[in-house]
Amino acid sequence: MSKLPEMINKHHEEIRADWLKQMSTAVRRADLISNEELESQSRELMDAIASGARSGELTNLDGPAWGQARDTLGAISTSRAKQGFSTSETATFVLSLKQPIFNAVRRENPSDPAALFDDIWKSTQLIDKLALITADAFQASREKFIARQQEELMELSTPVVKLWDGILALPIIGTLDSARTQVVMESLLQAVVQTNSRVAIIDITGVPTVDTLVAQHLLKTITAARLMGADCIISGVRPQIAQTIVHLGIDLAGVITKAKLSDAFALALQRTGQVVTKVNGDNAGKRTLLRREE
Amino acid sequence: MKSAKQETVPIATSSDVVMARQKVRQWAIEMKFTLVDQTKLVTAASELARNALEHGKGGHMVIEQVENSVKNGLKLVFEDRGPGISDVDAALRDGFTTGGGMGLGLGGSKRLVNDFQIESEPGKGTRVTVVRWK
Amino acid sequence: MERIPILRMGQFLLVTIQVDMHDRLAVQLQDDLTEKISECSSRGVLIDISTLEIVDSFIGRMLANIAAMARVLDAETVVVGMQPAVAITLVELGMSLSGVRTALNVETGMELLYELRGDFNSEMGG
Repeated sequence: MSKLPEMINKHHEEIRADWLKQMSTAVRRADLISNEELESQSRELMDAIASGARSGELTNLDGPAWGQARDTLGAISTSRAKQGFSTSETATFVLSLKQPIFNAVRRENPSDPAALFDDIWKSTQLIDKLALITADAFQASREKFIARQQEELMELSTPVVKLWDGILALPIIGTLDSARTQVVMESLLQAVVQTNSRVAIIDITGVPTVDTLVAQHLLKTITAARLMGADCIISGVRPQIAQTIVHLGIDLAGVITKAKLSDAFALALQRTGQVVTKVNGDNAGKRTLLRREE
Repeated sequence: MKSAKQETVPIATSSDVVMARQKVRQWAIEMKFTLVDQTKLVTAASELARNALEHGKGGHMVIEQVENSVKNGLKLVFEDRGPGISDVDAALRDGFTTGGGMGLGLGGSKRLVNDFQIESEPGKGTRVTVVRWK
Repeated sequence: MERIPILRMGQFLLVTIQVDMHDRLAVQLQDDLTEKISECSSRGVLIDISTLEIVDSFIGRMLANIAAMARVLDAETVVVGMQPAVAITLVELGMSLSGVRTALNVETGMELLYELRGDFNSEMGG
């Protein structure tokens, strides 16, 4: 049996010191991580590796003996992903352990080339596996991070704004898919109830394309709003989108569409019995006043 | 298996349809479905329970909490002892009706759930299984 | 037998549906309403469904029927207060109730009824 596990255990303090020295010249990113944190992470990981090696198992790292090492690598990857390290930088942190371990292996086998080669091969396999675990964990935490951002973005990207008394506007930016339409529809209808609005303007200036599915989603939203007693106006229909709608044979009969948000707003004011008029006066040329039509 | 994870509701009268709706609502609230999801599931249950009553001469509904590897769901099974459906595809089409309704019962409730399965044998009855995932 | 009360407010009738209706109750309401429209020569019907937690195809059909029957009897029908979740579900179910007029709440529903009858200034009870 190889002496490697025993050797790692016996010399893990020296290996770690060697490792830290390496990192200070090679892979450290002083802008992203402090000396203290690096110190404590390397200690944690080295302890975990030593405890894993104590089991004598160096090729299969899925067992309970290496659980601590896997957890430690997971935690390190997560914090590095947050700190803004790249995948290769994070993997290099683990891979840079190779040289210190090789150094220790060489010191341990001064006169036996066969044993030296054997131990170097084993330790290189071990470190590679640890690096792969790190890369996987890093990737997973990045994906989680992205998924959460997407969720937040989805909520952020559907703000319902109250334009005027009884008039709501919903500017949609980006592609409309089923999941997003659900969010859009719900927040719009909820806002209709809360603000007691009779007209909702859905502005699609920021929607890149309108296909049959998007149109269907829009129509559903409009129908649901009507069932509640609110009218919808679609604004921001760009010329290309008007062409696509006709080419696809999408039936928007019964839906009021306007080219510009301002046109839709004017219609909404009319629908709710309100007018905007200019105030005549010396300095009031640009001011407008709203009053309710009696 | 915990006994609280399944419940059977008989469907024999029109008050039972109301009871079926209320039971499904209770379960959906307990599982913390969103209000929209609750409403969709309860509405689907109402359609399917009425179908079982009117076309299937009554039967029962089984409510069951289910889970797969990633999410929880609520499964509803409607079984009746009616004449069965000879052409299931036609029955799922909007506007198909034999009972003088609008024909939105089956096709409509299919759109309100995530999984929809219908087994029917003429002369023996119909079983509709639906699942809504959280 | 249990019945849904119908209130008379001048030339209009007001119905507030507050229970989880079983089908017979819905049919009963349809009968009672047409009876009452004819009896009171009502010009409009306002149905408040703001507390209704679901509208399935049966109740949807009832609402559409009431509106159609009322129109034949020369009365307008306005359904008010449908909840967002109910509206979303009803659309998904495939019902758009295109023949039924809607409003956000009782107040705007009343305004709409007056507007439809073309006499803004008439007071209730007139």
